[in-house]
Amino acid sequence: MLNSYDILETINMIEEEHLDIRTITMGISLRDLASDDINVLADKIYDRVTKRAEHLVKTGEDIEAELGIPIINKRISVTPISMIGACTDATSYVPLAKALDRAAATTGVNFVGGFSALVQKGFSKGDEVLINSIPEALAETELVCSSVNVASTKAGINLDAIKMMGGIIRKTAELTADRNCIGAGKLVVFANAVDDNPFMAGAFHGIGEPECVINVGVSGPGVVQAAIRRAGDCSINEVADIIKKTAFKITRMGQLVGEKAGARLGVPFGIVDLSLAPTPAVGDSVARILEEVGLECCGTHGTTAILAMLNDAVKKGGVMASASVGGLSGAFIPVSEDEGMINAVRQGALCFDKLEAMTAVCSVGLDMIAIPGDTPAEVISAIIADEIAIGVVNTKTTAVRVIPAIGKNVGDELEFGGLLGSAPVMDVHKFSPAKFINRGGRIPAPIHSLKN
Amino acid sequence: MTRAILTVVGHDKTGVIAKFSATLSANNANILDVNQNIMNGDIFAMMMLIDVSGLSCSFKELSAALTEDGNALEMSVHVMHEDVFNAMHHV
Repeated sequence: MLNSYDILETINMIEEEHLDIRTITMGISLRDLASDDINVLADKIYDRVTKRAEHLVKTGEDIEAELGIPIINKRISVTPISMIGACTDATSYVPLAKALDRAAATTGVNFVGGFSALVQKGFSKGDEVLINSIPEALAETELVCSSVNVASTKAGINLDAIKMMGGIIRKTAELTADRNCIGAGKLVVFANAVDDNPFMAGAFHGIGEPECVINVGVSGPGVVQAAIRRAGDCSINEVADIIKKTAFKITRMGQLVGEKAGARLGVPFGIVDLSLAPTPAVGDSVARILEEVGLECCGTHGTTAILAMLNDAVKKGGVMASASVGGLSGAFIPVSEDEGMINAVRQGALCFDKLEAMTAVCSVGLDMIAIPGDTPAEVISAIIADEIAIGVVNTKTTAVRVIPAIGKNVGDELEFGGLLGSAPVMDVHKFSPAKFINRGGRIPAPIHSLKN
Repeated sequence: MTRAILTVVGHDKTGVIAKFSATLSANNANILDVNQNIMNGDIFAMMMLIDVSGLSCSFKELSAALTEDGNALEMSVHVMHEDVFNAMHHV
């Protein structure tokens, strides 16, 4: 039987500590769509997405009302568009991005992901066309997100693709300079990208996935922070235990929502992504959890150790709470989307290099970081190369979502508003890595990729 | 049977239970259990277990009507499906 303490605890988590379901994301396969005419193909993509996701937003809202739990985002991910576009001889896939954008608007979702290419070992037909289409596609659409997987532990690191992406990120920022360079905020470069990620901007519907699937991303940094605060002075292993218990409860909520959404939409429920996803709202910050554990400010010495503990405890607590855990699952450390991280950068406590170290132990990577607008393409490429190497060697997903703040420099900020927050421009190293990046080629896979 | 939990918290005043009971009854929601007490002298806290399987309106509409009652009384109201609590607090 339910007791009143449990009931009040749940209500308090939602009311005071920002507990919510961050996203329910419908993955939709486009693999059987083909036409040698890009406009016909675009129409087919629009029809497929709008038909499959017709009831997604309403179902999400119904579940939200019934359970009394906020479901912040309803989203769609599709098969990487480079694979679908390859059946045409088009030299730009911008019409396909526009079709996705229209489909997202029609269905009422707030983002659609999958304007993507997987090029960890090399380019096949369509991949380079897609990558070259990214700047224009993101400038001319509102709701489309793009990602490119440039490396994996199995395949190694495609340095040619990394070189391209440095320029693509710059160009994307330039084309959207009048909108705070937001294009680059919707573009992620991955190592070891996962097939069932429900979070944007990196979501795509992987090729081993079912025809259609529902994945759920939970949230709850505020709940974790409050639980640690209530525990007061205790040892670090007790803190880890508190995080585990809290993650368990949060994940159970995700599992419940995923099961209900899948059943009502007649679509299999895929996974719960256990990530602690922050927002710019006060009391919904991963950085503040680290400070609650015992740092004067996030970014100081000790940050990486606490983040490692947090990331691990979230997984341990969540894994038993869900029938199937997947996606990225860990703690996210985006800068602009986390009130505590923004504060740490403004205070001068958190620098770029510390963020890179943190990404070795968190669930993703260098995320939503504004860099000076005059940062050369090869420096962006080298930032990607460093981050991707961490993922490849540690057999984990890493990603780079940096935003060159065109016309701005250290001390300025990009204001995105909403869940994307605001990003103080962070300093990067000035010495040139151009010779390394221009070598091109592929960094071979590490020895521990040979597991067979 | 589909059950939901109604919680009401706020400064105590006359007619709180009457108001919510009337709304529940009007929409054919059956009250199965009530737990109510006064904390700190004047904070009214109530939890009701209600059967919503025979509702004459949608769950969303019931929830909106109860929230409206809460607004009129300046009290905080939550209506949540029982599944949420079972999922979170029972293994």
